[in-house]
Amino acid sequence: MKVAVASGKGGTGKTTVSIALAMTSPGMVQLLDCDVEEPNGHLFLELENVIEERVSVDVPLINTDTCISCGKCAQICQFNAIVFFGSPPMVFNELCHSYGGCMRVCPVSAITEVPNFIGKIVSGRSGRIDFSQGILDIGFPMATPVIRKVLKKADGNNDVVIDSPPGTSCSMIAAVKESDFVILVTESTPFGLNDLMIAVETIKKLSIPVGVIINRSMAGDDLVEKYCEDNNLKILMKIPYSHKIAKICSTGGNLITGAPDLKKKLEDLWKFIFWTTGGEK
Amino acid sequence: MKIAVTTTGNDLNSPFENRFGRAPGFIIYDTETKQFEAVDNSMNLNAAQGAGIQAAMNVIKAGAKVLVSGHCGPKAFTVLKQAEVKIFNANAATVSEAVEKYVSGMLIEMKSADVDGHW
Repeated sequence: MKVAVASGKGGTGKTTVSIALAMTSPGMVQLLDCDVEEPNGHLFLELENVIEERVSVDVPLINTDTCISCGKCAQICQFNAIVFFGSPPMVFNELCHSYGGCMRVCPVSAITEVPNFIGKIVSGRSGRIDFSQGILDIGFPMATPVIRKVLKKADGNNDVVIDSPPGTSCSMIAAVKESDFVILVTESTPFGLNDLMIAVETIKKLSIPVGVIINRSMAGDDLVEKYCEDNNLKILMKIPYSHKIAKICSTGGNLITGAPDLKKKLEDLWKFIFWTTGGEK
Repeated sequence: MKIAVTTTGNDLNSPFENRFGRAPGFIIYDTETKQFEAVDNSMNLNAAQGAGIQAAMNVIKAGAKVLVSGHCGPKAFTVLKQAEVKIFNANAATVSEAVEKYVSGMLIEMKSADVDGHW
């Protein structure tokens, strides 16, 4: 079973919840940090057997000796990644979506695909948590190929917790769309609620069961609570607004050390998710 | 020689547009015949990506050897440079003011992109 932890608004506690959820899983668990532009899961885990792999996407390489300057490759590219105004065509790797249309329409097979390295995946083990994290190289705009590679680390034998990027754009959708359940972490502020609403609409379009965790919960949660009630959203858990939790998490500790009473609630949350989704792996 | 000037309108009195890739259009002005034509660039206003590259293609297709605009990003700059189109930075209210400034040699040629690429 795959559980994605997403938010809409950034900084609501996705990683805090993801780590705590992984720590309270019923068995072995895979934790996939898909926030590849700002991954931080590693800060909270002591990893062993760390390995790194480079991630690449295929981009066209044009052989200028065989190119006949017909311009068909530039015509078919919907992403403006190839420009043609004479010989040879210019390729902008950073705009390429690797669909390979250019290669297929080239009448003289002058185009081959070559790897363009855009990031890496770091994997390691921490107790029962099998952790993988994607890291997009600085200067590369497309996060989704790295996210998809991280998600491929899911081996199908264990439960998976996906730490999603914030927002509701391509990156977030790539991270959550194959999951069986989405937990949206929010906070009781107008910003938190606004972005929660957008995130809920997004997840509904993907037809994935969804629940809400209110972080930094305090008097004045009514805004979010009312919205959840009106929209039939289950509030799965509340994490109290606590100086102690903040202090522990900001020094690399985890939620359960900061609030031991949440351990039972997280274990119950796993049960609830199993029950809601039918519990298949 | 033909020069391309970014604009929101379609004649010489139209407002000058600072943006290049997402400029609604260009005035292509011929410095010898003093004639001009309007070129539409509006399809790039909502392009998801590569607007600068396509705008550069529109300038090249129109046969301009000079571009006068407010800014130019890195990818458009690369394409224009490859096509040997010179790029000049201008600050002007109208297309004709930008043309006059260019003709009288008041503009400075850009040697690199002056804004970052945006997504």
